[in-house]
Amino acid sequence: MDLAPVLDGFGVVLEPTNLLYCLLGVLIGMLIGVLPGLGPAATIAILLPLTLGIEPVTAIIMLAGIFYGAQYGGTITSVLLRLPGEASSVVTVFDGHALARSGRAGTALGIAAIGSFVGGTVSVVALSLVAPLVAGFALDFGPPEYTALALLGILLVSTVSVGDRLKAVTAAAVGLLLATVGRDSFTGAERFTFDNLNLADGLDFVPIAMGLFGLGEILYNLEERHRAVQAPSTVANVWPSRADLRQSSGAIGRGSVLGFFLGILPGGGATLSSLAAYALEKRRSKTPERFGKGAVEGVAAPETANNAAATSSFIPLLTLGIPANATMAVIFGALLIQGITPGPQLVDQDPELFWGVVNSMYIGNILLLIMSIPLVGVFVRILRVRATVLAPITVLITLIGVYTVRNSVFDIGLVVVFGALGYLMKKLGFDPGPLVLAFVLGALLENNLRRSLLIFEGDPSGFLTRPISGTLLVLLLVVAVLPVITKTVARRRAARPAETEELV
Amino acid sequence: MTVLLGYLPTPEGDAAFLAALGEARRRGERLVVVNSPRSGAPVSTEVAPDTAVRTMTARAEEAGVELELRQAAHDGDAADEVLRVAGEADASVIVIGLRRRSPVGKLLMGSTAQRILLDADRPVLAVKP
Repeated sequence: MDLAPVLDGFGVVLEPTNLLYCLLGVLIGMLIGVLPGLGPAATIAILLPLTLGIEPVTAIIMLAGIFYGAQYGGTITSVLLRLPGEASSVVTVFDGHALARSGRAGTALGIAAIGSFVGGTVSVVALSLVAPLVAGFALDFGPPEYTALALLGILLVSTVSVGDRLKAVTAAAVGLLLATVGRDSFTGAERFTFDNLNLADGLDFVPIAMGLFGLGEILYNLEERHRAVQAPSTVANVWPSRADLRQSSGAIGRGSVLGFFLGILPGGGATLSSLAAYALEKRRSKTPERFGKGAVEGVAAPETANNAAATSSFIPLLTLGIPANATMAVIFGALLIQGITPGPQLVDQDPELFWGVVNSMYIGNILLLIMSIPLVGVFVRILRVRATVLAPITVLITLIGVYTVRNSVFDIGLVVVFGALGYLMKKLGFDPGPLVLAFVLGALLENNLRRSLLIFEGDPSGFLTRPISGTLLVLLLVVAVLPVITKTVARRRAARPAETEELV
Repeated sequence: MTVLLGYLPTPEGDAAFLAALGEARRRGERLVVVNSPRSGAPVSTEVAPDTAVRTMTARAEEAGVELELRQAAHDGDAADEVLRVAGEADASVIVIGLRRRSPVGKLLMGSTAQRILLDADRPVLAVKP
């Protein structure tokens, strides 16, 4: 492997501006990790307009910092207040808060910080090694392969993600439909524009993301009422004892690996991997009854895994140009705004950006390790701000922000419409993630599908005769059919004992 | 009939608790403690910490007074909440703590104690630490 670009990447990160934005990113990330409700996808969406004026590398370094910083911050409220700030820290509540109640909040936070650091760093090292290989492999990809990959990505995101499968697929279908709005890039025909000039170029990604994630989440969270709790006492004894470290080292190791692989998987991401890591540790443990009553492994495993996953989910985005989860979709949008199309050519054509972003994660993880514990008091103080104060400010920033992108009042209207849609979706149990992801991948899917059909001269069997796209399509079929099969098998199994009982 | 205490975890609040406890013993009535944080924020300094609750229950037991703690969050003004509970619990007296506030501070922030004193339709005992 050629080391020169990697070292150049460190040169890029160590520029004062980039260091500053890295710090800013992880700080904002930790902050919104602490605040319940506002997730990384929402924050990155709201801050998208801010990235317009700065260099692409700097912008993505900051946005990436927000993403993995949020995984750190979510722990703090989970442990101290029993209030998961982030979906990926929900399982940390069980053991983290139990530890805090037995007076070992410091240990829980310390272990979580160390685990997060190890998980994040292991994941970055693996990313540095794997990403160029994947990108090199993907250089051979043509339009048919991208078609299959985009389809697979959309399907995986809708099926793997937590929640109702049918609703996720519906949301993804709506996203694909929205992606078709605007002028057809091949024939120039107008689609769903209703003779509106603002729609002629299609719907812009920024207002959709800001509306669905930003405004939608703010509206939804206004309804939620948290029972206020007392401010926790100061955290002491952050350094875990040797026994704690020995006990959790296995969990941290397994969490890193598990998180890394689940993060690459489309639809996997931080939330799923923290759940999986917790379940794995509980199953492996000789004393599973300790879990939920203050087991150190129960904090170490999910916190390690969610950071590892947050980092590794950059692999599909930076090497294939396919976002693996909702937050990556928003970062994908940020890259597009900067005029950069992420894909396999990124490593070679834009090594400064690629390695700059990757290497910033080393620095960011160190910053987080240093800052997370001393800043606990500050974060808890921020939690005293009422939603009635926070929400209007955030909405104002969102609306002003979207206007600055294109100086278009129409975009403000779009944000409001999609904000209402996002609110209704959450209310009815739909996850807006698949919609945004499908919208992002929709343009990619359509362009590549039509290009490949031009190559194949209209014969769709061409997809199956190419080895890579054929394999991907078979995989697609497996993913689509497998749930149906397992369901029928399970139903039959459930039905059979009932029959035998009747016979007796 | 009950004795109602509007409680916040401050020196004034603790002084008011002692006065309310004495009042409840003298009248032979139940003591209702209202400790209502403003809703909307996940963390609030207005919530009585566990240690304070423990000392209060221990002291009440010692004095042989029945204590009821109400910690539901309120919207809007704290004074309204205290007065509402006073009506609900049919309080014979409302006990509150007074803190020193500058005229300007009072002009800007208002005064919960003042509102309770003015609006209450029953006796109010204001305690200074």
